[in-house]
Amino acid sequence: MNSPVNLDRRQVLAGGGALIVSFSLSDAFAQDHAGAPKPPGSLATSPYLDAWIRIDADGITIFTGKAELGQGFKTAFQQIAAEELDVPFASLKVVTADTLLTADEGYTSGSQSTQYSGTAIQNAAAQVRELLVGEAARRLDLPAETLKTQNGAVIALDGRRLAYADLVADNMLHVEAQPKSKLKNPATYAVMGRPVPRVDIPAKVTGGAAYVQDMRLPGMLHARIVRPPSYGAQLTECDTSAVEKLSGFVKVVRDGNFLAVVAQKEFQAIKAMKALSRAATWKEQPGLPKQDDLLAVLTSLKSNDKIIFQQSDPSATGQRTIEATYTRPYQAHGSIGPSCAIGQFVDGTMTVWTHTQGVYPDREGIAEMLKVPLSSVRLIHVEGSGCYGHNGADDAAADAALIARELPGIPVRVQWMREQEHAWEPFGPAMVTKLKASLNDSGKIVDWNFDVWTNTHSMRPGGAGSMLAAQHMAEPFAVPEPKPLPLPAGGGDRNAIPIYKFPNAKVVHRFIPAMPVRVSAMRALGAYHNVFSIESFMTELAELAGIDPVEFRLNHLEDKRGREVIEKAAKEFGWQKGQKAPPDRGYGFAFARYKSLAAYCAIATEVEVDRETGRARLARAIAAVDSGQVVNPDGLANQIEGAIMQSMSWTLYEAVTFDDTRITSIDWQTYPILRFDAVPDRIDVHIINRPGLPFLGSGETGQGPAAASIANAIANATGKRFRDLPLTKSKIKGAIDA
Amino acid sequence: MTTLKVNGHDHEIDADSDTPLLYVLREELRLNAAKFGCGLGQCGACTVMVDGKAVLSCVTPLLLLKGKEVTTLEGLGTIEKPAPIQRAFMEEQAAQCGYCIAGMMMRAQALLQRNPKPTDAQIRGELQTNLCRCGTHMRILRAVHRAARLMDTAELTTSGEGSAQ
Repeated sequence: MNSPVNLDRRQVLAGGGALIVSFSLSDAFAQDHAGAPKPPGSLATSPYLDAWIRIDADGITIFTGKAELGQGFKTAFQQIAAEELDVPFASLKVVTADTLLTADEGYTSGSQSTQYSGTAIQNAAAQVRELLVGEAARRLDLPAETLKTQNGAVIALDGRRLAYADLVADNMLHVEAQPKSKLKNPATYAVMGRPVPRVDIPAKVTGGAAYVQDMRLPGMLHARIVRPPSYGAQLTECDTSAVEKLSGFVKVVRDGNFLAVVAQKEFQAIKAMKALSRAATWKEQPGLPKQDDLLAVLTSLKSNDKIIFQQSDPSATGQRTIEATYTRPYQAHGSIGPSCAIGQFVDGTMTVWTHTQGVYPDREGIAEMLKVPLSSVRLIHVEGSGCYGHNGADDAAADAALIARELPGIPVRVQWMREQEHAWEPFGPAMVTKLKASLNDSGKIVDWNFDVWTNTHSMRPGGAGSMLAAQHMAEPFAVPEPKPLPLPAGGGDRNAIPIYKFPNAKVVHRFIPAMPVRVSAMRALGAYHNVFSIESFMTELAELAGIDPVEFRLNHLEDKRGREVIEKAAKEFGWQKGQKAPPDRGYGFAFARYKSLAAYCAIATEVEVDRETGRARLARAIAAVDSGQVVNPDGLANQIEGAIMQSMSWTLYEAVTFDDTRITSIDWQTYPILRFDAVPDRIDVHIINRPGLPFLGSGETGQGPAAASIANAIANATGKRFRDLPLTKSKIKGAIDA
Repeated sequence: MTTLKVNGHDHEIDADSDTPLLYVLREELRLNAAKFGCGLGQCGACTVMVDGKAVLSCVTPLLLLKGKEVTTLEGLGTIEKPAPIQRAFMEEQAAQCGYCIAGMMMRAQALLQRNPKPTDAQIRGELQTNLCRCGTHMRILRAVHRAARLMDTAELTTSGEGSAQ
């Protein structure tokens, strides 16, 4: 049992006269004994229970270092905590990422929130409940085994009841988590596994303050940035006299190539920005690659090549070999709400309210940029518009800090304009994959070769050099050296190693350090294109083998959960061997296990193709997903539906455009995304729940399979194979007419 | 000073006449629902109703609104007493990040006020103006259908309660 150990520790702390009242995060690292078993999830790095759960007169508060981005995890975490603590769902408060209040959980990315933070909260809640039971046992002088918990209280067999709030004393929860928790039996779950309505939706549909964009601090001023017209442009001249005469003008902030203006009101700031932009002269340098030949561009840049997977069985040899090359352009996150942040510099401390995915790493970057100690910077996460990866959020936070420093005491809100978001966000990197495989006589793949060329898939801050403001200052911070992200999750090579079993296989990651276009993490990273390539190629090989694509996948897959997901999606779709879609329609199928370690997802699609225009429309998508123990099935379904829709948009329409100097896709006209005329007739998500098994990240698992399933359905409809993303109507029309 | 009628109340607005309605709503009247998305009339995040019609507030200057009635999402109902369209979006859990949702709802509301029983194709056609990046479209469509049913029921019992028009 855990509680005696923990209570002893509490007594030691109290008895030593050093009653630590304030919550301390740094202790966590001092206590890290090498080799000792660690508690699960993010408890491994932030082991103190009160880093996650605090109980006081105000009630029970749950703390997570992760940032709600619209995935709905705040509700899921509340469910998890309510379940393991035995308290009513509605009685809990959840506080999200804040460098003063919550654990350092790095970035909210990679579909890891529930896996890491949710697991930490689940285990912390179970251990807190045990501590409370232990304390009640001591006070009532009863064996803990005779006590039960219900509705926020410990209850004895004789009916005596001790509320949690009354049981918590001193620093009872300021103890390290044990490696193992007594978790509830999933069969008894009353809150988890149920479709609890999201806590954030009522405010969002009634005009409540829900986003950082909605914050209004007393005396707040508005700023706008004048960004350079292109990467590397130098500000040579800027006469601010006309701008200074405008109504509401407060200040121009210039630091090298960083140029901003502050005004009393928001629209005054926009007008001032336009005037300032007219007054600024920039010297530009052409340096962008050829947008219409990314295949040649990427494969000719210097790359650091690494074999990331290899196995051989010389006895297995193939008879028929095919090769294919797939390409993906640079693509934009395209948040609907341009990035926004509020900075306020008071008594030497910079506070920034931001929708960043990483308050702690951003704090480092901002502190470095401002040349102040970390303790002088606080970042507070407030929700923004959905980001889908590293968009302008972090840059806007740095912008706000740099401007607010010039106006001590005054909160300054900065929001990017649409064209700034489109031109300056770090894009999802372009990618090239070359595949080659051989089949034997019985239609089995015996040799598989996969090469992927791409940049890093994360240039997120840590250092100041990742932030535009710091790059543009008179004493600029250099952009850090790009690094490949380590496997098994990987970056550009995410999901490059196939889940299928082949006797001979070789996977090469060709990492390109040079980044002619600003890039960073976009939802699913390399998995989007790698899965698009692998799963397109699997169907190409199935066709060559004359085997049904679903059966062909199963013939090469040992993973039992993967097989069940494939079978479920096929069954719910009504997939039949040798089936023929109606005229001008096609059926497609694809599958992946995200990162080879997170949720499983299979998607069957029906696509219609207009032969006159070449336009492809996703008519129907049927998905099956296994993300381990399900916390909120409706939230999970919402994520998978969204992944399918967004991936469909990337796959059919999206490419960042540029000339030799400037990004030219700068709004929704020049960077079209899906609109309602492209919305499917139906999307169904079937969840395979795995009671008691670990949570598996699922926010990004649909991205790759949706793309490949759609491409396979287009091939099925047209008899033509499309490998160069996006699969636009002009490409399809061209192939049909050829 | 310009007088502007918003959600049934007259307001004296101290802003330049070229100021788009969006900034007047958000800054002068401290209303949150209408959002800045593009400032170009391309995405619909700023949609409100003017005299019952869906209007892109980011490209509608104050000077064009003399004598007109503006309705925002706040004017339809509250968390405690949601309008049918708000209830419908809650019941269908029709949001992910939700940044586009207020604009979607206002456009749908305008449609339902002029056509209480729209077909699925009519709803899709109407919402064509508005972008959602999270991919919540299927839920948005279900929510608008549900809102139409809820309004229909509300008509029968309380003759249009929940609508500010």
